[in-house]
Amino acid sequence: MNKLLLILPLLLPLYGAILCLFFWFRPRAQKIVSLLAQLGLVSASLYLLLHVNSAGIIKTQIGSWPAPFGITLVADLFSCLMVLSSSIIGLALIVYSLQGLDGARQRFGYYPLVLLLQLGIGGACLTGDLFNLFVWFELLLICCFVLISLGGTKAQLEGAIKYVTINIIASSILLMGIGVVYGTLGSLNMAELASLVRMPETDTSLVSMAGMFFLLAFGIKSAVFPLFFWLPASYHTPPIAISAFIGGLITKVGVYALVRTFTLIFAINLELSLPLIMLIAGFTMVIGVLGAAAQKDFRKILSFHIVSQIGYMVMGLAIYTPLALAGSIFFIIHNILVKTNLFLISGVVAQRHGSFGLKKLGGVYLLQPVLALLFVLSAFSLAGIPPFSGFWGKFMLAKAGFDAQDYTIVATSLAVSLFTIFSMTKIWNEVFWKKKPAEAGVENTTHEMEPESAAARTTRRLMYVPVIFLTLLILYIGLYAEQLISLSGRAAEQLLNHELYIHVVLSK
Amino acid sequence: MLIVVLLGFILAFAAPLLHRVAGKYTYVPMALAALAAFVYFCSCLPAILEGALITQTQAWVPSLAINLDFYLDGLSLLFALLISGFGTLIMVYAGGYLKGDPLLGRFYLYLMLFMVAMLGVVTAGNIFSLFVFWELTSLSSYMLIGFKHQKEESRNAALQALLITGGGGLALMAGLLLLGNASGSYSFTELLNRGEMVRAHALYLPALVLICIGAFTKSAQFPFHFWLPNAMAAPTPVSAYLHSATMVKAGIYLLARLTPVMGGTDVWQYTLMLVGGSTTVLGAFLAVQHTDLKAILAYTTISALGMLVTMTGIGSAPALEAMVVFLLAHALYKGTLFMVAGNVDHATGTREINKLQGLGKKMLPTALAGALAALSMAGVLPFFGFIGKELLYEAALEESTTRTAMFAVTFFSGLIFVAVALVVGYRIFWRKTGRQTPLEHGNTPLLYLPPLMLSGLGLLLGLIPAMLATPILRRAAEAMLGEEQVFELSLWHGFNMVLFISLLTLLLGYLLYRFTDRLHALVPRLSRIYRFGPGTLFYKAVKALPDAAGVLTRSIQTGYLRNYITIIILTLLGFLAYALIPNSPSLELADRLPLIMNIRVYEFVLILLIMAALYMLHNSKSRLTSIAILGIIGYSVAVFFILFGAPDIAATQLLIETLTVVLFVLVLHKLPSFHNLTSIQTKIKYIMVSLLFGGTMTYVLLLVKQFPLDSRLKEYFGQASYLQGQGRNIVNVILVDFRAMDTLGEITVLAVAAIGILALFKLQLDKEEKP
Repeated sequence: MNKLLLILPLLLPLYGAILCLFFWFRPRAQKIVSLLAQLGLVSASLYLLLHVNSAGIIKTQIGSWPAPFGITLVADLFSCLMVLSSSIIGLALIVYSLQGLDGARQRFGYYPLVLLLQLGIGGACLTGDLFNLFVWFELLLICCFVLISLGGTKAQLEGAIKYVTINIIASSILLMGIGVVYGTLGSLNMAELASLVRMPETDTSLVSMAGMFFLLAFGIKSAVFPLFFWLPASYHTPPIAISAFIGGLITKVGVYALVRTFTLIFAINLELSLPLIMLIAGFTMVIGVLGAAAQKDFRKILSFHIVSQIGYMVMGLAIYTPLALAGSIFFIIHNILVKTNLFLISGVVAQRHGSFGLKKLGGVYLLQPVLALLFVLSAFSLAGIPPFSGFWGKFMLAKAGFDAQDYTIVATSLAVSLFTIFSMTKIWNEVFWKKKPAEAGVENTTHEMEPESAAARTTRRLMYVPVIFLTLLILYIGLYAEQLISLSGRAAEQLLNHELYIHVVLSK
Repeated sequence: MLIVVLLGFILAFAAPLLHRVAGKYTYVPMALAALAAFVYFCSCLPAILEGALITQTQAWVPSLAINLDFYLDGLSLLFALLISGFGTLIMVYAGGYLKGDPLLGRFYLYLMLFMVAMLGVVTAGNIFSLFVFWELTSLSSYMLIGFKHQKEESRNAALQALLITGGGGLALMAGLLLLGNASGSYSFTELLNRGEMVRAHALYLPALVLICIGAFTKSAQFPFHFWLPNAMAAPTPVSAYLHSATMVKAGIYLLARLTPVMGGTDVWQYTLMLVGGSTTVLGAFLAVQHTDLKAILAYTTISALGMLVTMTGIGSAPALEAMVVFLLAHALYKGTLFMVAGNVDHATGTREINKLQGLGKKMLPTALAGALAALSMAGVLPFFGFIGKELLYEAALEESTTRTAMFAVTFFSGLIFVAVALVVGYRIFWRKTGRQTPLEHGNTPLLYLPPLMLSGLGLLLGLIPAMLATPILRRAAEAMLGEEQVFELSLWHGFNMVLFISLLTLLLGYLLYRFTDRLHALVPRLSRIYRFGPGTLFYKAVKALPDAAGVLTRSIQTGYLRNYITIIILTLLGFLAYALIPNSPSLELADRLPLIMNIRVYEFVLILLIMAALYMLHNSKSRLTSIAILGIIGYSVAVFFILFGAPDIAATQLLIETLTVVLFVLVLHKLPSFHNLTSIQTKIKYIMVSLLFGGTMTYVLLLVKQFPLDSRLKEYFGQASYLQGQGRNIVNVILVDFRAMDTLGEITVLAVAAIGILALFKLQLDKEEKP
């Protein structure tokens, strides 16, 4: 039973992708297959979460080779939450892409790529083996690279080159780190490593040095300061469906890996690593939000905000109390949903008005009131205004920070959230409230007057579906926050209870 | 109360739909809803007046101890009645004021949302449910200030208000968290009994400062006052309701509510008196300098808010008594005056007092309401404002340490209030100089009835205070004092000092009014000072922020990949140094040095080869040579693999190197021509970074090799691969069986890469689409 539960979130996207490849010349069939696979993935992930929630951490050994020799798949609440939220985003994205992405890209493997990307995320979140983790990150890297460059426009290629170069460096550094860990401790199984590092005879200084490789590698993957360069350079170049997906998810997988390794394996010499992580968190928030303040493009503002918000997630790790980690987990889930949704909204706006530039946009408030409402809800969630979802994450982190007497980081995080409000209102002001600038005079007005064709209207309606779906989810976790908060709380407790993890994995 | 709040929210979001159906009659269901809330709170009156306390508990986020608790005592009920009662009138008034506006539905959405949120603030029984509602009021205020969203002025004002109150909200959140930590509870029922514990706690001072910032920003206290006059960009119903009568009093409510917990200390008293006092003076001082009706009213509102804060700060029984009375009186007359100003604006199209005269006859009901409210504002017998003013003087005079200052503040603002009341209630309607201002259209009953009712109430409360106002005001003051209080309100106190001062205020205020026009002539000379005012500074900061942020961002995000890579490498080195320097295990090279002797000749040759190749690489003048040299290095590495007994890895390496060189050569002709643009300095920089990186990695490897690797894996794989995996080649069995999952992943990577290559070759949208 465990075996099937754990393997399904990997098999479904894999088989879906393979089937899609068989239907290479029939995009319509690919749409159906990927939609079905995606629906299956959501239900499988949901079921996995429910199961783990009631039965505790579960594991399985691939090929039945016992741990620590074979590869382990483990699911605890944190990984289940990650898998579930990414599959939900995947579903929303596929529905959006049905109409929101150009046919040319859909014909060149978009659907199998999206599915394989989720295989990568699922694998990275469920694996219990360090080298296997590296492999899934490789898969993520190549999928993102291909998706970013898919279409081959000049901007895309420029972004893709930066993306792939920096991320390959990250991968090599990760590999070096894994090498050092293996060279020192002689194992790759995360549970065994966790128990080995806590043995009295282990030289912890070498392990914490190895941790630095991981910190740097996952730091690049999750785009923290001063390693985030690839993100603002590449995220705004591909079509919105793709940047929404990558922007919403990929960095969080980096954070996931960071949290996982630093609570399980490198949870020694914490007095050394936590201040460093704290510093990174603070600077990431500040630099990211300032970067966003400087932008004049809907998507670029959102991209820089990803960086800023990674800071919050890392902050929870740096405080390192159950509440703080719960805050991080909540924040990750919230951010995945909200950020993707904002990207999608920018896409809907651009589809109707033909631009992402704040200078060229305007008047959406009057033209599309429903969209305006959807944007406001997401934007204020992102800015952490209560009672929307972002508030709860911010609240937990601030409270945890105060409890641990880390006053500086709390002050920083609160100040940063003011700047977040600033950026969100900037979008609101320019895109929604402002009159649409009469660019090139007459030509523009005739364009606006032009009635939408019936086909265009269905397109637009279909693009609203995922946005409304995600907004409802965001509202749900904001207004009825208890459920996700207590889940995150228990997930955090599991993270800090390494004995339990070790026991589950290493016992027969 | 929970049901009131929930229904209110639902109704708010139904407003746009209602507007489609009901059109210009949308105000009817909205006003009825507000009235229902008012009636509901009235029904709570008897119990509260008997001294009871009504609480409700509803779990919301129990994991964080944040619950939707409600806590209704005299203070809350006073505010709740004010909000819902005034709300009813405003809903009606807005129906007249914004008749025919296509966005009326959305207006009611925000207004209703605000009303409910505000009711939530004053009835919340948990500091964080209070905070949630608090932020919702900021949000709805933002939407309402920016209601005329196509005007840049409105948008800027809305943004400013949101940033100031939002920033204050964040301070408040931090303050409440600290308060929670100091008291161990978020619930008012417990918190209000833990005053001593809180005041003695180390976190008291930071919590107090932060909460005060929250309250001061919301209630427009100096130096955060400047958002309020700008917020007048909102339609007048909003100014009357949010920005004079209710929302700006949320800060006052919070301070009053927390008086039993945090009040009474020196810091509390002096902070509140200082900030409140200076706000009172500043607001009054600025009020007489303006000629825009709404601006004048806004600045007097600031002044009044300052007065309320001051009284809360004094904290004595008479002061708190004065505070609640003045609060009610001010809400009644200021709300009226705003509506009067709105009616004038609506009818004539201007709010400039110099352009307005002789409107009295044409707008009789409005003029009457204005007169009644102005009399109350000036503090004339027998209006409720008079009682308020008397009590303020009494409280100021009873203060022991700062009596003179407090009295001066009260007196000064009193003077100005009289002058302003004359301008608003008399000058624009009845002064007979010049010609009458023409009316564009008259006022409908929807516009003049609400202010009439409100100002009439001001008179009624003044005439019979004991019946209507005293009981609830007494309970409100008791909630702040935390003890039973004898409380008598009457119009006539006999001929005493305070009455004399009141009369003097009226007289001097009248004189001041006579000089209004001359005062206005002096205003331009002051403008130089205002350049350094907090409002201007804020404006400059907001303007400068994107540019400054842009400079910073461009200095980090340079766009050059080589810079990024350098920074990443240096960061890694920094991290490693950080981890290794304090507690590195010592590197024992002594017993390793002899190993160098064992190096074989061909190994030396390979090293020399690589060294030479590296040197040439740095001096190469064309791509082709560079690639060829890189090939040499790659092959040498492959030979090393062979020498160290890993032929399969060596084979892979050879294949990869060959492929890379071939691929490079294939695409070479597509690349732009090769230019060596890097200067010597840059080259040296990069060589240094590379050397540092290489050195560190060597050091790390030596460290790791120093410890013997004892792994169970080797042994297990050795044994199991043939017996269980059925394969003689251990590496193969590892790849396809023990760690098949890795291989699956890598195969997938290759498949994706293949798709990517295909897409890159075949799909080039730049060339297909028009540019």
